[in-house]
Amino acid sequence: MSAEHFFQYLVTGLYQGSIYALVGLGFTMIYAVTQIINFAQGEFVMLGGMLSFTLINSAKLPMPLAIILSVIATAIIGGIMYLLAIRTAKKASIVSLIIVTIGVSIFIRGIASEIWGIEPVHTPAFSSGAPILFWGAHIQRQELWIIGTTVVATILLHLFLRYTMIGKALKACSVNPEAAGLVGINAKSMALIAFFIAAILGSIGGVVLAPVLPISYETGVGLALRGFIAASIGGFQSPIITVVGGVLLGIVESIAIGVSWGPFSSAYKDVIALLVLLAILLIRSGKLASEERAS
Amino acid sequence: MLGKLKNKLVPSNKHDPSVEKPTAQRHSPISITQLKIGKISIRWTYIAVAMLLTFFILAPFSWFLGKYNFVMISMGINTIVIVGLCLLMGYTGQVSLGQAAYFGIGAYFSGYLSKSYDVNPWLAMLIAAIATGAFAYIIGYPIFKLRGNYLAMATLAIGLIMVTFFKQWDVYTDHAEGLSGIPFLSIGGFAFNTPFRRYFLVWAFCLFILLISQNIVRSRTGRALRAIHGNEAAAESIGINVTQFKVKVFVLSAVYASLAGSLFAHHMPSIGPQPFDFLASVKLVVMAVIGGLASIWGAIFGAGTITILSEDLLVRLTQLAPVAYGLILVIVMIFMPQGVFVALKSSAKWLQVNWINLPAIMNRKRKEFPSQMKNRMIRLVPARLWRKSEP
Amino acid sequence: MRKYFKSSLFVLMAIALVSMCAIGCGSKEEKATPTPTATAILTPTPTATAATETYKIGAIVALTGTYANLGIPEGNTIDMFVDQINANGGINGHPLEVIVYDDGGVASTAATLANRLLEQDNVLAIIGPTTTGSSIGVADFAEVNEIPLISMCGAISIVTPVENRSWSFKTPPSEYQVLDMLFPYIVSQNISKIALIHSTSGWGMAGKAACTAEAAKFNLSIVDTQSYAPEDVTMQSQLTHIQGTDAQAVMCWDTEKGSALVAMDMKTLGIDLPFFCSHGIANKGYMDQAGDAADGTVIAAGKILIANEVEEDDPQKDVLTQYKADYEAIYGEGTANTFGGHALDALNILVPVLENLDENLDLTQSDDLALARADIRDGIEQTTNYAGTGGIYTMSPTDHLGIQTNTSYGFIVLIKVLDGQWTWLKE
Repeated sequence: MSAEHFFQYLVTGLYQGSIYALVGLGFTMIYAVTQIINFAQGEFVMLGGMLSFTLINSAKLPMPLAIILSVIATAIIGGIMYLLAIRTAKKASIVSLIIVTIGVSIFIRGIASEIWGIEPVHTPAFSSGAPILFWGAHIQRQELWIIGTTVVATILLHLFLRYTMIGKALKACSVNPEAAGLVGINAKSMALIAFFIAAILGSIGGVVLAPVLPISYETGVGLALRGFIAASIGGFQSPIITVVGGVLLGIVESIAIGVSWGPFSSAYKDVIALLVLLAILLIRSGKLASEERAS
Repeated sequence: MLGKLKNKLVPSNKHDPSVEKPTAQRHSPISITQLKIGKISIRWTYIAVAMLLTFFILAPFSWFLGKYNFVMISMGINTIVIVGLCLLMGYTGQVSLGQAAYFGIGAYFSGYLSKSYDVNPWLAMLIAAIATGAFAYIIGYPIFKLRGNYLAMATLAIGLIMVTFFKQWDVYTDHAEGLSGIPFLSIGGFAFNTPFRRYFLVWAFCLFILLISQNIVRSRTGRALRAIHGNEAAAESIGINVTQFKVKVFVLSAVYASLAGSLFAHHMPSIGPQPFDFLASVKLVVMAVIGGLASIWGAIFGAGTITILSEDLLVRLTQLAPVAYGLILVIVMIFMPQGVFVALKSSAKWLQVNWINLPAIMNRKRKEFPSQMKNRMIRLVPARLWRKSEP
Repeated sequence: MRKYFKSSLFVLMAIALVSMCAIGCGSKEEKATPTPTATAILTPTPTATAATETYKIGAIVALTGTYANLGIPEGNTIDMFVDQINANGGINGHPLEVIVYDDGGVASTAATLANRLLEQDNVLAIIGPTTTGSSIGVADFAEVNEIPLISMCGAISIVTPVENRSWSFKTPPSEYQVLDMLFPYIVSQNISKIALIHSTSGWGMAGKAACTAEAAKFNLSIVDTQSYAPEDVTMQSQLTHIQGTDAQAVMCWDTEKGSALVAMDMKTLGIDLPFFCSHGIANKGYMDQAGDAADGTVIAAGKILIANEVEEDDPQKDVLTQYKADYEAIYGEGTANTFGGHALDALNILVPVLENLDENLDLTQSDDLALARADIRDGIEQTTNYAGTGGIYTMSPTDHLGIQTNTSYGFIVLIKVLDGQWTWLKE
């Protein structure tokens, strides 16, 4: 791998990682507040992209309006999912609720394949123009949009969680649900809000991804897997570390392809990325365990 | 004899409040655990097991059910994996999102050894099981130092790594289209080359594994496992080596999955990496939870429900199948959060206790229902308006 | 309301009831083949008169999964064909029914479905599966259970050696035949080093094996092999790696979704090497997704994509234009593709054989059903000079693919994407 291409690998990894980070943020939000791993997170991304396609192509709405509407629609779907599927399962354990999210994700995928068929859909880019050449790396303008969106979303989320009442209430729920209930925070409302936020984050990811990656009903599965990996690096608690984890995952995958030679072909990029992840997990848990022992 | 039966089943003084009864007898005289006919008293569970066994043995001979041999074989193979997964998830509380990988290791090892190196299929199965167990043992200790979601993530990572290796193996061994032509298992000259024969082979294995696991659950190891599930710190404090037990159960579940994988390889005409990928692992977890993590026998129900759903009932729907499947999953989990087996048991108990009162229950509810509705409807109307219309 | 009847019990009973109905609905066909002793004991079941008995064929296609854009045109073609046949009175008055199952491209599912078609649906023959992995399993199955199979997969191993595959046929040309058309063209463009990028799905892996094996025959060296997973977001890194080698052209072996992404990424990175793809992209979706980046792609595929440019006296012209017109009338402009054509060929080969089926056979009896299947197999072997979308087929007991390779018009052509249209590339 030559020096001139190194920056290209880095940029591609950054772009991939931003997507993983956005999906991972959604996982982190829901897990932090409700302890549920939401397997339908990838479907939120898919719905965001496909709804924006329908609104732009069939309803012929102007792009900003289409984007806002599709994000709102996906947020509503996320809320409905919580109310109908999760809140009604009152006596269920966490594992059962995870199975419920699996069921919902299969359901949404089936309905999407009925409505939009199996062909991937493609929306126009936000800003037209040739790819930008920067330090020897070619970047599509839409990829810059994606990276920028992730940065902005992370900052906004961080500010929201830290400085607004609702955000603080969400954080309180994640730290100690019983104590939060004692001070008057309604866990169910917080869970609903968490689902809304996760759906919004997911659909923003989908909307901004659709111009560069044709989205089909199955796109959500692969993205959810990567986002889950990113969120687990962040421990399912901290949004900032989730984003760092997602970006790291993307960059490691990209560089692993770059250094591939001989029998260690690019097919093993997943293996390398996952081994790096396992190493991080073991180190992190070692640190956490020693912290526990120290306290 | 029927008269005696009637006396046993119909309670005499149940609704007479004036008769003082000792506490123990105030409940229905029907025994929940035992069926008493004259002097013979048999536990209900034995009756249920006997009925199930008869059903399973006679099923392939019947005209109707004999056509479902393939589905029943898949059910049996899945049950073997799910028993291991139930032990792992239910008794130690550890989620494994990569179980299909061990299923795949067993399948690929066993299939490849017996096809390309002409190893006896039984020996290949044994080698595969040992290899999978060793692999699980080696990765078990580092992984089980992790907790909760980190552990789930680690099992997922192992599973994904294995899938990559399966795909690449296909290429290296020149079987890009999948591994086919795997010889059948055979005893002496008797080869299990028809679904009919394999049905009995697979279910014999299944029964064997269920009995072994039941034995484990009832033994000291099982008690230790339950202690760990209850509270790890407490279990550690009374001297149970928690990590060692967890690794042991993990290895056991991996070996079960490997055995099931070998049976799978010697049953299907051709195997590819797809039955062993992430979605397959998720399906296994779904089977385990739907069956019920609390007990071994739940494995049959979980594996049975999902296998019958996805391989038989929903097949005709082709593209609407995922919609129905997802909906059924959600509904089953909402109404039966503990799993189908537990729901069946508690329903059976409820029926046993209440079947005499059933007419009363139905009548009572019918009378109450309209007034409940009326109350609810009244509350919908604002109080102001309601009071206004009163004379 | 919750406690009205112990909710979980209620749900269990409801599910049991629904599944009974489902099994009951599915098993209407089973009443057609009672065991011989049962017929003696029960009242004699009135057999349908030979004139109106439905001819049942089974089909296994990949309607979901990574092969869906191969399988769905096949499924659509089957539906369209059945409607046409039945609208014209069926086959000698017998209605035609094709039972279509989805195997998702997974071999084990296909095996289960084949078993179901045999045991419960009692079909005369099976069409499909779409993928090679599934087809191998179903071909073994067809051999053991003596039921004719017309596969729609690529690999030639389905029909060779013929002694072990006496019941299996196939309609698509093999990957090797496609490469034998494409590689000479690449060499003629003064290209000796190519880079191969492929998907890790079954299609991609099979293509990689075929390309690697065939490249040496044409003095092409593959200087770099890169792969990606079907769910990957971008292939830029793999292409960047290729940029670092001295490859003179890029070959992508995947279906349309991945290939479109590769094309787009190539444009982003400014790689303007010649771009060759597999025939898996022979679908309108490729141009829709890749947009401008698709221009200049060259593939070798069947003639359906350029049906309008085929010469008038080509025997395939009528079938091609008729099929294209019929399919696009229902499913939209530009949607006809080679994979649907394979299904059409399979059905067109099967139907004349069914027309010659002995009317006196009672298809509800298992002996007669076995005879019918053997007759159908023999009939398919006698197909002669059938002009289909994939080529001109003449089957024989030793050749179960049957495509005539030395006709003057060829059956695989080079096609180039120009201005968003498939155009015939004549050398």
